[in-house]
This record gives sequence, C-alpha cells and structure tokens, in this order.
Amino acid sequence: MKENPLRSKRAEAAVTLPSFVWLALFFAVPAFIVLAFTFHGHTANGGVGEWSLSTWRELVDPDYPAIVWNTLRISFEVTLWCIILALPCAYAIARMNKRWRAIVAGSIMLPFWTSFVVRVFAWKTMLHPDGWLQTCYFSWLKVSDWLFDWLPGFMQRFLVWAGFASNAPLDAASSTILDSEAAVVLVSVYSFLPFAIMPIYTAAEKFDFSLLEAARDLGAKGFYAFRKIFVPGIRQGIVSAVLMVFIPAIGSYVIPQMLGGTNCVLIGNKIFMRAMQNRNIPHASALATLMAVSVLVPLGMAMYWKKRQNARTSRRLERETARMIVGRGGEA
Amino acid sequence: MSKDFLVFDHVTKRFGALTAVDNVSLTINKGEFFSLLGPSGCGKTTLLRMLGGFERPDSGRIYLEGKDITDLPPNERRIHTVFQNYALFPTMTVWDNIAFSLKLAKKPKAEIEEAVDGILEMIQLSDQAWKYPSQLSGGQKQRVAIARALVDRPQVLLLDEPLAALDLKLRQHMLIELDAIHDQVGITFLYVTHDQGEAMSLSDRIAVVNKGKIEQLDGPAKIYEAPATRFVASFIGDTNFFEGEISSIDGDYCLIDVDGFPQIKAFNDKNLAVGQRVSLSVRPEKIRVTLNPPLPEKGASINVFPSKVKDIVYQGVYTKYWATSSNILISALKPHSRFLLDQETITWNDEVFVWWHPDDGYMVEAK
Ligand SMILES: Nc1ncnc2c1ncn2[C@@H]1O[C@H](COP(=O)(O)OP(=O)(O)OP(=O)(O)O)[C@@H](O)[C@H]1O
Ligand SMILES: [Mg+2]
Repeated sequence: MKENPLRSKRAEAAVTLPSFVWLALFFAVPAFIVLAFTFHGHTANGGVGEWSLSTWRELVDPDYPAIVWNTLRISFEVTLWCIILALPCAYAIARMNKRWRAIVAGSIMLPFWTSFVVRVFAWKTMLHPDGWLQTCYFSWLKVSDWLFDWLPGFMQRFLVWAGFASNAPLDAASSTILDSEAAVVLVSVYSFLPFAIMPIYTAAEKFDFSLLEAARDLGAKGFYAFRKIFVPGIRQGIVSAVLMVFIPAIGSYVIPQMLGGTNCVLIGNKIFMRAMQNRNIPHASALATLMAVSVLVPLGMAMYWKKRQNARTSRRLERETARMIVGRGGEA
Repeated sequence: MSKDFLVFDHVTKRFGALTAVDNVSLTINKGEFFSLLGPSGCGKTTLLRMLGGFERPDSGRIYLEGKDITDLPPNERRIHTVFQNYALFPTMTVWDNIAFSLKLAKKPKAEIEEAVDGILEMIQLSDQAWKYPSQLSGGQKQRVAIARALVDRPQVLLLDEPLAALDLKLRQHMLIELDAIHDQVGITFLYVTHDQGEAMSLSDRIAVVNKGKIEQLDGPAKIYEAPATRFVASFIGDTNFFEGEISSIDGDYCLIDVDGFPQIKAFNDKNLAVGQRVSLSVRPEKIRVTLNPPLPEKGASINVFPSKVKDIVYQGVYTKYWATSSNILISALKPHSRFLLDQETITWNDEVFVWWHPDDGYMVEAK
C-alpha cells in the first residue's frame, strides 16, 4: 500500500498554494517595490521621482554606519537577554502540571490585551528620574563602572570602541535611565520576552524530561544536565526565539522613539523620519534595504557555514565508522 | 562482604493517599541478578526510583555497602539505570552517549576511548558507533542503553522493564545477551519486570511484589513450586485452585473436603490441623488427562476424577485441556511426544480421567 508520490506532491502543492500566493502578493512583491524605489529620486511633494542613482549616493551619510551598528548591537543585547530569561521560564512552565501551565502561559500573553504604545508609555512614568528604577540604574552604573576599571586596557578600549561602554566619568545628573540606551534595552526585553518564551516553551513541552533524569543518573549535576541535554534538545525552539526577537528588534522604532531620546536613535527611527518628516520615500526604502542586507548577509554566511560543518561532520562520522569496522576486521 | 550489599530498611513511599511502597525490607547480595516481579502499579518502579535517587522515601533507609545513601542525589550514587524507554540522548552519537559518564568523571581521553570501544565490542555495535539513536533499531537502542549504564562500572545496575518494548524474538535474544553480560561484568543487577518468564530465566532470586509489599523472596524454582501466598501462586504461572477444609490427616498427607467436589488428597507440608480452611493449588502441567484411568496400583494413592473435556487448545509445544468435574473447571497441559503416533486422541466432550499425585498439590492460605 504505497502512496502515489505524484498525488501527495500535488496535494501538498494545493495545501501550500494559498499561503504561498499570500506571501508572494503581500510580502515578496512589496519587498521588490521597496528595492525598486531605491533606484529612483524623490519629488518635492513626497512622491517617487525619476529613475536615478541619486538616492544611493545620498546614503553615504557619516551618521549611518554608527546607527546601523548601534541597531545591530542593541538588537543583539535584547535577544541575548530575552533568551537568557526565557530558557528557565520555559523550562519551569514545561515542568508544571497542566492547570498551572495554562495559567502561567496565559499570564505571559496577558500584556497583549493592552495596546503596545500604552504599555511603552507606562514605562515612561516608571523610568521617571525620581523613581526607584532610576536608583537601581544608577547603582548598576556604579557597579559596572567599578568592574570596568578592573578590566585590562585593551578590553576597555574594545568595549568603548564597540559601544558597549563609555569612558565618560559617572555623573548623577546626566545619567538618567529615561532617554538612555538602557531604557530601550530594558523595555525591548520586556516587550519581546513573550516572543522568546513561547517558541522555547513549545519545544520544551515536547522535550523528554526523562533524558534529564538519565543524565543525572549517569553522574551529571542539575545545571550540567540542563546545559548539555536540555538546551541542545530544544535547539529548534531557541533558533525560532532568536529570530522572533532579533528581527522585530532591528525594525523597532516606537521604543527608541519614546524612551531613547536623542541618545538612542536606531535605524527604525531614521526610516520613520525620512519617510514621514522628510517625505523621502526612496531614501527610507534605501535605508530599509541597507538594514535588510546587513542582516541577511551574515545570516546567509552563517547558514552556509553550518551546512559545510554538517557535511564535514557526516564525513567524519563515516570515516570513524570505517575505521572501527577495519579495526575489528583486523583482529578477526 | 557479599552479605548486606544493598539493603532496604523498612522503606515506605506514599503518593497522597496511595501507599506505593509499603514498609519494604530487602537485602540484595553483591553480584546477584535480582528481580522485582509484580503486576502493573504494584510499586516496582517506585522502589527502583528510590534506589536511583529520584524519589525520597517517606520513612526507612537505604544502605549500599554499609553507607546510608537515602538522601544522596542521583549523581552522587554509583548506581545507573537502564530506562524502559532507553532515554538515549538524541543529540549525541552512540559513541558520545556511551562516553557520557566517563567524560563527566573527567577520565583521561585514552581511557575513555578504550572503555567505550571495548564495550561497543561487547554489545557488537562497533559499526554503529557514529550513528545517532534515531537511526538505530529497538534492540540496538536497548544495547546502547545497557552499555551506557555499564561503561563506568557502577555498583548496581537498575533495569526497569528493559525488554518491554521489544518483540518476542528479540526479547528472547536479549534475555540471553543480558545473562551473558551479567556473567561478564559481575555487577549487581536489579531487574524490574512484570513478565514472569523473564524473571524466572534470568534471576538468582526474585521478590514478588504486590500492592507495595513483598509477598515472597526466593529462587525462581521455589517461587514457582512453593508459592508462599495465594497471590504468588496465581501470579506466577497458571494454576487450579481448590477451596476446602482439612477433614483428616494421615501421616504426611491429608484429605481435603472441597466445596462441591470429591475429597482431594494432598501433601500436608504446612502441618495444618483438621478443620482449617485452605486453598490447594495444582499447576496444569502436573495434571494428566487420559481416556483410561491410571493403573490400579497407582490409582490407590493418587487423585483421580472422571471429567468431561470442554475445550482444547493446541499450542505447539503442548496442548491445553479444560475439563469439568463436578462443575469445577480444571485446566491441564499435555506435552507432546510422538504426537501424531499417540494412540489416544482426545476430542471435545470426551469422557476422560483427570489425575495427579498428592505431592503435586501445594497448599496456600484460603481465599
Ligand atoms: N509521581 C507519582 N505521583 C503519584 N502517584 C504515583 C507516582 N508515581 C507512581 N505513582 C503511583 O504509585 C503506584 C506504583 O507505581 P509504580 O510506577 O511503582 O508501579 P510499577 O510497579 O512500576 O507498575 P508498572 O509495571 O505499570 O510500571 C501506582 O499506583 C502509581 O499510580
Ligand atoms: Mg514501572
């Protein structure tokens, strides 16, 4: 009773066709339109002008590399924090009994019942310079300043160069959490955390927890088993979580707009500014393209590298197998 | 030193209102192949999990080589488990699965390689070493799980129904292999099963567990031939029960008045007195079914009952008969020799004689 491969192929195509058409129409086509816009000039009344390369020439603004880098760096920080927080959360939820699982998973989604803008606005109040978060922030700054002094010189220079730290002396008046990068990272982590927890939780729910017992049984400490068995076991969920957080974080503009002040302008804000204030759609399109390329190129490289590594691993495994078989044959 | 190697001392474990393990005391010798045998839900796994360190007893202690291990976490006990679902790490190759405990113990690389390659040789899976568990068959996974648990020479190996997921042929094959592995490594095996065949063929000693209590602890033959309780008699193998009261005693033998049945003669090994109620258990293979009565000189001292054949099931190795005598259904097994030449062919509704020697009945407590 073999299935007809042609028939199942056709059935598969029929099932995927609607979503394929949808994606092509509302995703691929607009993406190409955006790309096409970048090869046009703009008109004074906000329209798209004649075919020209002027937009790309305008793009050599000395501000842009730093903004792109800051956007990538902050997105990376946000993603890292989200994953670090989401892993134990997802683990804990997956180990709860059914009733508690539903309650906790529900409460994680609860914030989505309020408007995103309202929630970000609420943070503005919480981050007020007289608030307790400000106090925490300043203590954190003092601690990290103290830690920073302990680092060797080349690392200090690297961190300053990459934008993770600053050389400026600490000053209470100018170190407000509101209108700082820290506020953007904090609130971004808050907003994107559910998007990290959900895919990891979905993977963790399918994870066979008896594997952790097996690891403990064979002599592993709890955290070692978590790291070596649980984390690799839900790798797929972590990958989706990274994508679910990193991609929106790159395009994020509401949070830096409302909480980042002038100290934290990201590419999303620039695109918004060019499109809405300067009414220069081609320029905004070019920035969007630039951002997409700066993400897709490293991603493509990573995928290529991963594929090569997989091929290399399977070749190594084949070699090892051959070695062991030959080894046995030699003894016999 | 071989005495008191592993000791359960009055161990009790409750889950809410349910007592899964009820005041169990048990001593296992070093190097022994010991089985826990019992029906589903009787607490076998719970006992094993307490030994592995995954459950904590509510009361009682567990000692290993004189050391109290009751409160040690699993990773600090040199006791490894072969899980029923194998629990092989899917993200690691067979080789890395087996090397897991050795790497944790930070053994030198050369030593790890030697040990893993050696045990792979033993389980005959050297050529599968670089596959992932999902690429293995059930029997291969089973062997990897055993190798992984054995490679660093634990003090005790726990096996929780390790063969339950395998088909009959493979199970029989693995039984022989398990036995060989036990002989080879000389490690104490604690084997959990609800399959009496497995327990019988492998174990030095068996503990029959029922409702969290140990009903009998003995060698396989003793458990089969001399069941301590009615439960053991009915759980291990097939048996016929006759309920009755002792009516007279004649030396080593006694006569039992069976309700609605002729008197039965039985060996009175429990020294019961006249008037006591008992259940007499007679195994089917001890009962003969023939068209003619047994020879008279034998007939005087054995139990013979005329009966009528109700059902016959041919099972290759033997044929199983059900016959009624005075409305009691008796099952009997007849092994085959020169089967097709046998002069007697018994068929449905034949009038037959059912008979057995008084020594073949065994008395257990009354219902
Ligand atoms: N974590 C638990 N919580 C509540 N009850 C439990 C738990 N673990 C086991 N039990 C109960 O304890 C009893 C004994 O369970 P156990 O798993 O030891 O049985 P078992 O003899 O291994 O059975 P099986 O042959 O089916 O594996 C069962 O009634 C089971 O429902
Ligand atoms: Mg069990």
